[in-house]
Amino acid sequence: MTQEQTNLTIDNPKMSARDVKVFYGEKQAIKGVSIDVGMDHVTAFIGPSGCGKSTFLRTLNRMNDTVASARVEGEITLDGENIYAPSMDVVQLRARVGMVFQKPNPFPKSIYENIAYGPRIHGLAAGKADMDVIVEKSLRRAGLWDEVKDRLHDSGTALSGGQQQRLCIGRAIAVEPEVILMDEPCSALDPIATAKIEELIHELRGRYAIVIVTHNMQQAARVSQRTAFFHLGDLVEYGVTSDIFTNPRQERTKDYITGRYG
Amino acid sequence: MAEHTIKAFDEEIDRLRGLIAEMGGRAEAAIENAMLALQRQDKKLAAEVVADDKRIDAIEAEVEKLVIQVIALRAPMANDLRDVIAALKIVSVVERIGDYAKNIAKRVPLIATNKRTLEPIALLPSMGQVAGEMVHDALNAFAARDADLALAVIERDTVVDDFYNSVFRTLVTFMVENPKTISECAHLLFVAKNIERIGDHATNVAEMVYYAATGQTLPERERGADIQPED
Repeated sequence: MTQEQTNLTIDNPKMSARDVKVFYGEKQAIKGVSIDVGMDHVTAFIGPSGCGKSTFLRTLNRMNDTVASARVEGEITLDGENIYAPSMDVVQLRARVGMVFQKPNPFPKSIYENIAYGPRIHGLAAGKADMDVIVEKSLRRAGLWDEVKDRLHDSGTALSGGQQQRLCIGRAIAVEPEVILMDEPCSALDPIATAKIEELIHELRGRYAIVIVTHNMQQAARVSQRTAFFHLGDLVEYGVTSDIFTNPRQERTKDYITGRYG
Repeated sequence: MAEHTIKAFDEEIDRLRGLIAEMGGRAEAAIENAMLALQRQDKKLAAEVVADDKRIDAIEAEVEKLVIQVIALRAPMANDLRDVIAALKIVSVVERIGDYAKNIAKRVPLIATNKRTLEPIALLPSMGQVAGEMVHDALNAFAARDADLALAVIERDTVVDDFYNSVFRTLVTFMVENPKTISECAHLLFVAKNIERIGDHATNVAEMVYYAATGQTLPERERGADIQPED
């Protein structure tokens, strides 16, 4: 094991992974990763393509369950509770640990319905008035309310890419999650839309534990307070973002972030 | 060190390091020639030192421009970031070193007008040599990213400080005994102070080199010569 980290453990972790290994059939994609994710900071996962950062992110709300050949070993806890325990309700888990994907994927329904869908199936609203409150609150938190309040019944897919992505964040927020996982949420967006998402991430910090996978190192530097560098299935280094970007401990981290990789 | 995937980045870093090496070489030569001019009372050499300082200033401006360009276009990280920040700080310090050498050279004609032998002048070349070597080693340490060599430079600063205290006492004594030399001796006192400041600045360069090489900053230390009040 070449894994070495700084600040591995944090106080009151929201989620903890211990010696997590992921296999796709015979191939091992994650080689024993241990990491804590806290409420107080945004955690960024960086690393070259194929390093396992997205695979690892997807273990945090059991999205890998949908991949038939995937097998996860080790322990991952949410508030101390093992999320891979047989008693864990996966639907409930994914409400608590929400996810935002690379390409904005709003439902082909109205803006209002995109937000209302989750709360409705989870029974979070007592009636129409209740639901209106949830929709407005979620869209406000997603920084989208002012732009869409007069056309809530237009289709979500008619929005711009950046607005669609904020709609997806609003949709994740609507079911009152505790953790939000973001898998390259800005890679399909222009710089202005990206800046709006980054500002949103900043505003959401503290209210939710946020983990973001990004190929854009500047983005990791801008939005996160903790950065984890993955390489070939190892967590090579995990530390305070400003330390990682000014004085990384590991040669592999340094080569990657200074553009000397490969 | 491995090369950057983007070759132009390496070329810019190389150019930056080349400019700093040239600047350091010129500052060293300025110190050496200023001291030589003082010793030999060579006004022509002194005038050359003053004129050559323009090139040192020009390199500072060039490095500043290049550093801003690299930060804006390459977004350097980790050791690259530390290198360019150190480069920016080092050139402003080396520019000051050049100014001190120039200031020494400017005093040469004022001291040389008097043919009388000023005994205390004899103390200054060795002091200048120590300070010049500190500048030389600090810039070599930058070129080699050598933290140990940088630390060795920092330790040598006390030698220059001790020299300064010794020259100070000697000059005061000499002035008391030879009141007609007070004007020249006052200039020599400034020369000694300039050399002492060069030593301090070489130490500052070494601290930046240490930071660039290791990512760690050295604890703040006492700067400047500690002048003991006379009884």
